[in-house]
Amino acid sequence: MTDVQQPGAAEEHHLEHPNYWVVWAALAALTMVELGVAFLPWSRRVVVLLLIGLAVWKALLVALYFMHLRFEKNRMRIFALAPLPLTVIIVIAVLTEFVW
Amino acid sequence: MTHAPVMRPPAQRELGAGVYNEKLGIWVFLGSEVMFFTALIGAYIILRFATPGAFAEPGKLLNVPVTAVNTFLLICSSVTMVKAFAAANMGNLKQMKLFLLATTVIGAAFVGVQVYEYTHLIHAGFLPSGIREGSELAELALAGELGLGRPDPAIAGIYGSTFYTMTGFHGFHVTCGVVCLAYATTKAFRGKYTQTDHRGIEVIGLYWHFVDLVWIILFTIVYLI
Repeated sequence: MTDVQQPGAAEEHHLEHPNYWVVWAALAALTMVELGVAFLPWSRRVVVLLLIGLAVWKALLVALYFMHLRFEKNRMRIFALAPLPLTVIIVIAVLTEFVW
Repeated sequence: MTHAPVMRPPAQRELGAGVYNEKLGIWVFLGSEVMFFTALIGAYIILRFATPGAFAEPGKLLNVPVTAVNTFLLICSSVTMVKAFAAANMGNLKQMKLFLLATTVIGAAFVGVQVYEYTHLIHAGFLPSGIREGSELAELALAGELGLGRPDPAIAGIYGSTFYTMTGFHGFHVTCGVVCLAYATTKAFRGKYTQTDHRGIEVIGLYWHFVDLVWIILFTIVYLI
């Protein structure tokens, strides 16, 4: 009989662990920056773009380090990123509603 | 005479995605969650662009400082969660239990702050159906203090309904996460997780970080923009 081994937790043992407190400090600092930027007396468009950029930066930190996507195998990364093109399509689709 | 094709066992390299089933399952679930929250955020964007006068200026109606504290709480809970997983991974089971307990408590605190925020907003007159007539907020809106446009019954409920739908669904996810974390913590204190098998911690951890990630986006688009 073929020995079919079910992938188990043991395979994950050699996962890299970065300094999570540094990531936490970066997230806290970026949140403070967001709060400062949100109330700047600049053009609303510039403020909105900056805030979206900061939010994406924070989201990437969580996904890459806390969810370990940075250290995962490529197939898992592709799997995790698969829904993202669909999110981009829906956001562009609703935004273009105002163009035509 | 024809012969039926012989079934062969799949080659070893074809088995699974190289990860254990529970982890694959949670990633499939998170993929569906991405689509769920994208639909909500997409609806919010379209309504926000279509009816700019229906939404208050940042910090005028919603309590940004309280929500910023809540954001910080969720970030803290994310780091304690990942530290619990790392501790389990390295065989430090005592630290794993403490970090899991901390994550559960901080997660519950997030829900508590959200309940406080909702209670305060509803008391002030901000309902899912709009701003209640005769309330403190209605007077501020009439005085032009909230940055809202001319009162229009047709769009009165848009701000309240989108706000409570998005933050409410997120709060529901956090609550489910806290329940799962409480279960995982209890299991951890009963010694059910080991260095070689702590799949439950990784799976609930992935869900918890996803909830944190969604909040990062919601905090920006609902409270700051």
